[in-house]
Amino acid sequence: MNDQATPEVVAGGSKRTAPPPIERIPVLRWVRENLVSTPFNAAVTAICLIGLIYFLPGFIEWALFDAVFVTSDHKVCRAAEGACWAVVGEKHRPMFFGVYPYEEHWRLIIAVLIYISAIVITMMPKFWSYRILVPAWIFTLVSTLTLMWGGFLGLAEVDTSQWGGLPLTMILFSGTLVIGFPLAILLALGRQSNMPAVKAVCVVFIESLRGVPLITILFVAVNVFPLFLPQGLEFDKLLRVVVGMAIFFACYEAEVIRGGLQAISKGQYEAAEALGLGYWHIMIRIILPQALRICLPGIVNHIIAAFKNTSFVLIIGLFDILTATTAVMQDPEWRRFTLEAYLCVGLVYFMFCYALSKYSQLVERWLSEGKRF
Amino acid sequence: MSDQSTAEPVIQLVNLNKWYGDFQALCDVNITINRGERVVVCGPSGSGKSTMIRCINRLEHHQKGEIIVDNIELTDNLKNIEAVRSEVGMVFQSFNLFPHMRVIDNLTLAPMLVRKMPKADAEEIAMQYLERVQIPEQAYKYPGQLSGGQQQRVAIARSLCMQPRIMLFDEPTSALDPEMIKEVLDVMVELADDGMTMIVVTHEMGFAKTVADTMVFMDKGEIVEIASPDVFFTKPKSERTQLFLNQILTH
Ligand SMILES: Nc1ncnc2c1ncn2[C@@H]1O[C@H](COP(=O)(O)OP(=O)(O)O)[C@@H](O)[C@H]1O
Ligand SMILES: [Mg+2]
Repeated sequence: MNDQATPEVVAGGSKRTAPPPIERIPVLRWVRENLVSTPFNAAVTAICLIGLIYFLPGFIEWALFDAVFVTSDHKVCRAAEGACWAVVGEKHRPMFFGVYPYEEHWRLIIAVLIYISAIVITMMPKFWSYRILVPAWIFTLVSTLTLMWGGFLGLAEVDTSQWGGLPLTMILFSGTLVIGFPLAILLALGRQSNMPAVKAVCVVFIESLRGVPLITILFVAVNVFPLFLPQGLEFDKLLRVVVGMAIFFACYEAEVIRGGLQAISKGQYEAAEALGLGYWHIMIRIILPQALRICLPGIVNHIIAAFKNTSFVLIIGLFDILTATTAVMQDPEWRRFTLEAYLCVGLVYFMFCYALSKYSQLVERWLSEGKRF
Repeated sequence: MSDQSTAEPVIQLVNLNKWYGDFQALCDVNITINRGERVVVCGPSGSGKSTMIRCINRLEHHQKGEIIVDNIELTDNLKNIEAVRSEVGMVFQSFNLFPHMRVIDNLTLAPMLVRKMPKADAEEIAMQYLERVQIPEQAYKYPGQLSGGQQQRVAIARSLCMQPRIMLFDEPTSALDPEMIKEVLDVMVELADDGMTMIVVTHEMGFAKTVADTMVFMDKGEIVEIASPDVFFTKPKSERTQLFLNQILTH
């Protein structure tokens, strides 16, 4: 009745307007709670501190004070004691774009920008509707592929064997998701199906392919699969690789989604059926939106793994950003600075994966705040 | 309502039998319900009340006997099932609102997808029914933000948006706190006054006395007694009914 019922009041409701006690030194409190709360914690903190004191000054000196940031002359770098970040400036075009024709790199830049915009849109809840996301991604795929492939609209044709670097990494990644995610949903639904045949096919598909390493699947897609095709029929190698990766991704993701589906109460299906909705309407409008939200952390986990898995294409002769960098660093003049180039590529991977994981934490927080539940 | 001259059967259960695995949940259930009739079903827990009304819109399928709803026989024929479901609304004990959708979207979903109604029309009808259950101001909230009584009234409105000719209620007030039971029962009484054909599973005997044309008592998967409320509450024929009523009315 009175304000004693409101949750923020603890005992003695009359004092609820009093401000919390002012903390003198919040930093000290943070240290006490996070770094030295138990003897074990204190020991770990000490070991980490010693490690930092031992390595950090040397690293900073190498990476910052003694480093060369801009030069086009490798001899300047050789003369310096520290890191040669200039190698990134010198080699960034072939690192990021591979053997794609040099004068056409602007096409790749536009494609990457479109692609990143699509990802950003997809991440914002206000655009979470099939009606926006499906057309947005169809546009993204068509426009980026047109830009990269060319062959019409006055664009010179560039064969997929010349695609490389960051755009290739992104194509592998988005291709894996665009093919793999719907496949994962279908497999998860199929595994829950009442139809024994559908269920059996899905179980066998998931269980058999989940047990095979990704490298094996890629080898089969590239080297073995063509042997079974009739003469004259040929699929693009890149497409075969993407499909292989997508299948691998889908088998894992399907199991995550199945976990989410199992968390939906039977009452949701019954209420929808009682209203006269059919199977696909029930799944698409009622069950999947809830199930996917429940298992979001697991879904993002596999998406991050899929991003890093793109570097496996090295073994079948495609030049993603990592392999392209390795190839570029064969240049004898700059060879000594391969480490710096790899650090740069590592940073790119880290930025993508870190953004994804931060984002998934953000989404979880939205959901736990009960915005939509 | 159950005046013989205007009786027009809308639901007929003929020798209905239903098994869960080896367990027989319904044994030879026979009942005919006329248009506009209000039937209240009671009986001990596990007696098959839910099973019987869930068979009527095919949430459960029966193995033997006939179910005829609005002259359509329920079989495996998907078209018949869809036709029956769009005529029959159902309200559950646990509300079963769609938690990821706002109240208004809960109400417009089925009319738009099943009846292919334009969005504006569906929303107009939804608001009408929300006003009827007295919560138009909650239209743009999520179900989780409402009280139990409000959620159940939304669930009733959601069913009504499909403009069904028959409503099934499976213990609609059993999950509610006592102070919210009345607001839901009031809505149901009003619905009954409008002439809706209703089958209500409930232990709210006050509601039954005001609303029911026919009382049904079930036990162990059988219909033990079908009677008008006067007879049912004052001089039931069966001893089992007597015993049950004594328990429920004196506790
Ligand atoms: N899905 C099911 N599987 C197996 N047995 C069930 C199932 N649903 C109900 N039953 C059994 O059928 C009987 C009748 O259940 P129900 O119709 O829910 O009873 P009531 O609604 O009268 O309490 C109970 O014994 C119950 O255990
Ligand atoms: Mg029941």
